Amino acid sequence: MIINSRFFDRSELIGFIALALLLFIILPLTLDIFRLNLVAKYLTYAFVAIGLVLCWGYGGILSLGQGVFFGLGGYCMAMYLKLEASSVANTKIQSTPGIPDFMDWNQITELPMFWKPFHSFPLTLLAIILVPGIFAFIIGAAMFKRRVGGVYFAIITQAIAAILTILIVGQQGYTGGINGITDLRTLHGWDIRTDHAKFILYFVEVLLLFGCIVVAQFIRLTKLGRILVAMREKEDRVRFSGYSVANFKIFAFCVAAVFAAIGGALFTLEVGFMSPSFVGIVPSIEMVIYTAVGGRMSIFGAVWGSLLVNFAKTSLSESFPQLWLFGLGALFIAVVLLFPGGLSGIWQDYVQPRIDRLISSRKPKSGNGWADKSVADSAPAE
Amino acid sequence: MLVGHQPKEFLLAVEALTVSFDGFKAVNDLSFYVEENEIRVIIGPNGAGKTTVLDLICGKTKATSGSIQFRGKELTRMKENEIVQAGVGRKFQTPSVYDDLTVFENLEISYPRGRTVFGALTFQRDAAVRQRVEEVAEMIFLKDKLDMYADLLSHGQKQWLEIGMLLIQDPDLLMLDEPVAGMSVSERAKTAELLNRIIKDRSVLVIEHDMKFVEDIAHKVTVLHQGQILSEGTMEHVKNDPKVIEVYLGH
Repeated sequence: MIINSRFFDRSELIGFIALALLLFIILPLTLDIFRLNLVAKYLTYAFVAIGLVLCWGYGGILSLGQGVFFGLGGYCMAMYLKLEASSVANTKIQSTPGIPDFMDWNQITELPMFWKPFHSFPLTLLAIILVPGIFAFIIGAAMFKRRVGGVYFAIITQAIAAILTILIVGQQGYTGGINGITDLRTLHGWDIRTDHAKFILYFVEVLLLFGCIVVAQFIRLTKLGRILVAMREKEDRVRFSGYSVANFKIFAFCVAAVFAAIGGALFTLEVGFMSPSFVGIVPSIEMVIYTAVGGRMSIFGAVWGSLLVNFAKTSLSESFPQLWLFGLGALFIAVVLLFPGGLSGIWQDYVQPRIDRLISSRKPKSGNGWADKSVADSAPAE
Repeated sequence: MLVGHQPKEFLLAVEALTVSFDGFKAVNDLSFYVEENEIRVIIGPNGAGKTTVLDLICGKTKATSGSIQFRGKELTRMKENEIVQAGVGRKFQTPSVYDDLTVFENLEISYPRGRTVFGALTFQRDAAVRQRVEEVAEMIFLKDKLDMYADLLSHGQKQWLEIGMLLIQDPDLLMLDEPVAGMSVSERAKTAELLNRIIKDRSVLVIEHDMKFVEDIAHKVTVLHQGQILSEGTMEHVKNDPKVIEVYLGH
């Protein structure tokens, strides 16, 4: 029977273990703290990519504005850190001590209302989830209830990313403008700039990443995961089977937004600042490329995609800064045209069958396609 | 609804239904009534508005004016998924199944439980679900194909699968749009047998061109022409109606 009660099938289990080994053991042991911090930065995009797997890969909702949620999460965290760095003692040379430096430069004399909750760490954590979540809910409800989808939705999300960037840049006194929120020092009194803190933050991030992987996998395995696939193919059939398609789309979009926001908040911690350059159209499209390269139907593929494309970006943009964006564009086109399944598709279509053949050639019994698959599925993981 | 004025309580009462697309009236002042457990076949030449009538009932198209009462509920004001939940099921003309899911999963999605987001997250594939899916799969001749991806089914099998998806929904009114179109002769016979079995205990509204098939199943036939009723009655009556012979059967 197709009832598969296990959480991961065999190849997913291998993917899970391989990723855990790499992130928890191999990288921390082999990389110096500078490189490890780079990996941590790459991994913040993996959160976005996992959300996109659910939303785009499964639900068929292409959002070209995930940078918005990444940014909102990042800014929420940055506001907390900035307030902590702007204590009266630290800012006594300002004309108004106790407010962030950029506000002082912009002749603002009082902390704006919407900054006040970010004095509290618990409220900040709540805001990192709620602000992007609610924003995604509003966008989703406005679009999906009106049956806006496909390319139109993608363009609108892109427009929102552009608008938010302009808003942040324009409201310099409240947001830090084009420079973003910089000079962040401590998290709840703990200095985040030391090597030791970076090392610990890396592990916190990897743990959270695996948390998101597990949540995404859980959603994928429920009936909701199958409805997302069904919706992507035959929206009308789902609607005429008694489901409110819009609600399911809103849910997928909100989950993707919250994942992106967690990534954004961690980005601020790892990198030490947040700026509108991580919010706009270009970063949003790059996030989609990470997902496409890794494989938009694969949660683990999304993590690999984020790591590899960012690694390539760092190495290549150091040597060929002008060529890099063309390279990225070419990579995206190549993946879409030649390998729509991305890296995980290549693995499943070319590598996995060879491994299976290697294993099954040692076993006495082997059958054809379907039988083979069910045997592999019901066999205990090796 | 209609109590007192009508001799019987109708399951579905369509009254003065009109829909116009940019001035073109695809359905024009149409009224008809479907009783409980009745099998009604709608026939008519191409462009008569048959599929549009089904679209109007299931909420896919919004009516310009008129009313559609189902068990006393006004369907013209309800959303598609609410209409389904009220007990109206619709099969589309081209087989509409989920290619990337297995036959089992296709049927399971149509199982009438866990239709909200939270319900879908907490949905358990328990014994009742499995039993019902297997039961339906047996009826639609796909019992040994439960694990197969719907993509790999033949055209006829996809049609059956979609009928099965409706069946598992257990609607009070089942609407089928050309259920035997594009099927081989043997598949047609099997489908007729299948339909005869599943139309028990529910009302069915069928659009079909195959007159042999219509004669086999119809209690009553409605002939549409240019969005209006040309003739209505038993197959015998309709067949001998000179107007019907003129515009439809004569060709």
